Amino acid sequence: MDSSSSSSATGLGSVDPQLQHFIEVETQKQRFQQLVHQMTELCWEKCMDKPGPKLDSRAEACFVNCVERFIDTSQFILNRLEQTQKSKPVFSESLSD
Amino acid sequence: MEGGFGSDFGGSGGGKLDPGLIMEQVKVQIAVANAQELLQRMTDKCFRKCIGKPGGSLDNSEQKCIAMCMDRYMDAWNTVSRAYNSRLQRERANM
Repeated sequence: MDSSSSSSATGLGSVDPQLQHFIEVETQKQRFQQLVHQMTELCWEKCMDKPGPKLDSRAEACFVNCVERFIDTSQFILNRLEQTQKSKPVFSESLSD
Repeated sequence: MEGGFGSDFGGSGGGKLDPGLIMEQVKVQIAVANAQELLQRMTDKCFRKCIGKPGGSLDNSEQKCIAMCMDRYMDAWNTVSRAYNSRLQRERANM
C-alpha cells in the first residue's frame, strides 16, 4: 500500500504514456482471460460427460454453443435491465431507501 | 512473495521507476495468476469427475482419469477461448 502512494506522489499527469498503454492492454487481456476461465468452468458442467481420449465433435460444438448462449444471456439481461430501468427504476428506489 | 512485490518494483533506485521493469514484473504476475486460476479450476473439475469415493490412495484408474481430464480441460479452455474471440471479432465487425 505504501509503494502505491509513493508512486502516485509523482503526479498522475506524469504517468509514462507507454506504461499507461501497457496497463490498458493488459487489463483488457486479463478481462478476456478471466471470462474464458469462467465460461470454461460453466460449460464444462454442461458439455462434459466422462473425459475421453479426445474432445469429440459433439462436445466441441456444445462448448461453442455454450459460449455463444452465455454471451447472449449476458447481453439479454443487460438490455432487459436497461429497459425496465427506463420505465420503472426499481434500483434507485431500493438503493436510496 | 508479497514482501518481494514492492521491493522488486522499479529496481534499486528507490525514487525512479523503470517502466520496462514494471511491465516485465506485471507480465510475470499476470502469468502466475492465470496459471493458479487454471490449476484451481482444473483440480476442482477433475476431482469431481474422477474421484468417486476417496480411497486409501490415488489408484491407477483414477490417475488415468485425471490425466485425461486435464487434457480435455485444456481442450475445452482453448475451444472456449477461440469461440469467445471469434464472437468478439464478429461483434466488432458489426459495429
